[in-house]
Amino acid sequence: MNPNSPTRGAAIDLQNVSKAYGSFRALDGVSLHVEPGEFMTLLGPSGSGKTTTLNVVAGFTEVSSGALQVGGRSVVGVPAHKRNIGVVFQHYALFPHMTVGKNVAYPLSLRGVSKAERERRVAQALDMVKMRDFAHRYPSELSGGQQQRVAFARAIVFDPPLLLMDEPLGALDKKLREWLQLEIKRIHRELGTTFVYVTHDQEEALVLSDRIAVFNKGRIEQVGTGRELYDEPKTLFVGRFIGDSTVLRGQARSDGTSTALDVAGQTVTVPRRLDGSDTPVVLLRPEKLAIRRPGQMADTHNRLSGTIAEAIYLGSGSKYEVRLRDGSSAIVRSGLSEEGFRIDDPVELCFAGQDAKLLADDKSADATLT
Amino acid sequence: MSTSDTRSDSGAASRARRNWGPLALALPALLLLVGVIGYPLFTVVLRSLSQPEWGLQNYIWFFGTPVNLVVLQRTFTISAWVTLVCVVAAYPYAYAMTAVGPKARLLLTLCVLIPFWVSGVVRTLAWVILLQDSGVINSTLRALDLGRLRLIRTQTGVVIGMAQVLLPFMILPLYSVMKGIDLRLVQASRSLGASPLRAFFTVYLPLSLPGVYAGAIIVFILALGFYITPALLGGPRSTMLSTLVQNQVLSLLQWGRGGAMGVVLLLATFILLALAGPLMRQKHKQGARS
Repeated sequence: MNPNSPTRGAAIDLQNVSKAYGSFRALDGVSLHVEPGEFMTLLGPSGSGKTTTLNVVAGFTEVSSGALQVGGRSVVGVPAHKRNIGVVFQHYALFPHMTVGKNVAYPLSLRGVSKAERERRVAQALDMVKMRDFAHRYPSELSGGQQQRVAFARAIVFDPPLLLMDEPLGALDKKLREWLQLEIKRIHRELGTTFVYVTHDQEEALVLSDRIAVFNKGRIEQVGTGRELYDEPKTLFVGRFIGDSTVLRGQARSDGTSTALDVAGQTVTVPRRLDGSDTPVVLLRPEKLAIRRPGQMADTHNRLSGTIAEAIYLGSGSKYEVRLRDGSSAIVRSGLSEEGFRIDDPVELCFAGQDAKLLADDKSADATLT
Repeated sequence: MSTSDTRSDSGAASRARRNWGPLALALPALLLLVGVIGYPLFTVVLRSLSQPEWGLQNYIWFFGTPVNLVVLQRTFTISAWVTLVCVVAAYPYAYAMTAVGPKARLLLTLCVLIPFWVSGVVRTLAWVILLQDSGVINSTLRALDLGRLRLIRTQTGVVIGMAQVLLPFMILPLYSVMKGIDLRLVQASRSLGASPLRAFFTVYLPLSLPGVYAGAIIVFILALGFYITPALLGGPRSTMLSTLVQNQVLSLLQWGRGGAMGVVLLLATFILLALAGPLMRQKHKQGARS
């Protein structure tokens, strides 16, 4: 391990990678480029292909078709043990018959590293995850979080240019998870290794990643920074998967530059239009929606009536779920200084047309999320 | 006495009832064991020390007669060979049982269990037919002009027959340990740089050792006391201790000498278990959790 060299990560390049199990396409033409030293998160619901992608890169699964390069060299057909890639598993996968020290030394022993060098590097790796005092314990004597930190040390001790993590914090409770997320970020900064991280937790993805690839049904829907995915989702699935959102559906009319949507008798107008024949829907982020009592709206065109279905006090403000006239629900956030609402209060929501995203409808986006 | 004291007393009483309950369930088996194992064993020890008169004469005779010591040593040697053959044959078989689908696993399990339903004498006689000089194996060899093997009335024949009878006692404990091994650990070792062979020797094999130890001890101890198979398949040069015991007791009516032989075999087994115990306990602790 040499924390002083910042650009020692390997690039990954997947081109049109597919993996089929019988007639089921676990991966359906996935292309993804990961920069050296980047923290890339593969985000998606279970069965979306993110773990299959990780297994393909690790060498646990062979691709059915497509090209795969790690560090500029094709690794198609290269067995897992010759790829020199660190992997951290959700189930820790520590060897129960070895002490913590032996577990971490394992990849070094396989590589014929001398005993003195081995001890030095094991100590360094355990220091990095703050587990040095536990070197003589067995995995069964450690908590889940401690085991995962040891697994982490074992995966980085042999200096792999690429570290893959498959929901490593999935089995841990929330507080521990949040703390370990910061630890992982710190270690990524110190090592400069390329990290590929699989999770279904969008908040975790936003906390950790340089960029996020959103998976759905064996394909990548969109790749971008957390901000890009939140502000400019390219598909309804991405918009719904990242952050809270309100989706408005209704009869749509498009003229040259704008689209009008009839939502249960109230018309909203968005100054954009969709190319092609897709049915347009409107997606709104909670902070783009203003909430008022009926009649207090002054001069906006886009207003929707509804009643409060759920009010959640967040400390820093409040979050409301508003049931609209057509039965769909909208998510709104309001600041502390604004007035509070109670359940069943009639309200009006308004938004500026340019704050709304116009996306092609995808009913399966709802199904995947529920 | 205060109320809280009363409550804690009744709590202790109910705890005591709970502790005795399970023991009552074990009582029938316990009585049976004491009756059919404990009491006869006691008389064996007693007779070894008292017949024809009180003293250590039977033990002095046992250790003073060279043929007894040769047979004792041979009994241990044959048992060790049987154990080795069982480990080598059972290990891949038990692994296959963990790796195949449910239907094939049922078939493999049946193959292990069916011999259990056939009497040991019948199985041993089957081996006589297979192994004898004019038997299936040797007539096949002769037909192929490959010469012939002396199998019947040799130590090799005895080891083959005993290993076949005892194989299930090796396969079943091995299988139960192997099916608990998390194969994702092997995958992890591959990702850390281990070739398939290295992954097996550094991860899978050590994790399966508790099963090997358990099976080996059962097979070895059962082999030490084997009687029918060595008597039918073996010759004078492959006599095992149980045959000598039978000889002393049934042919010569020397109950004391037969008892002494039994006690020597029992003590040798205890010593062996005591030596193997720490080894097994250590592995158990390490493999406690995955």
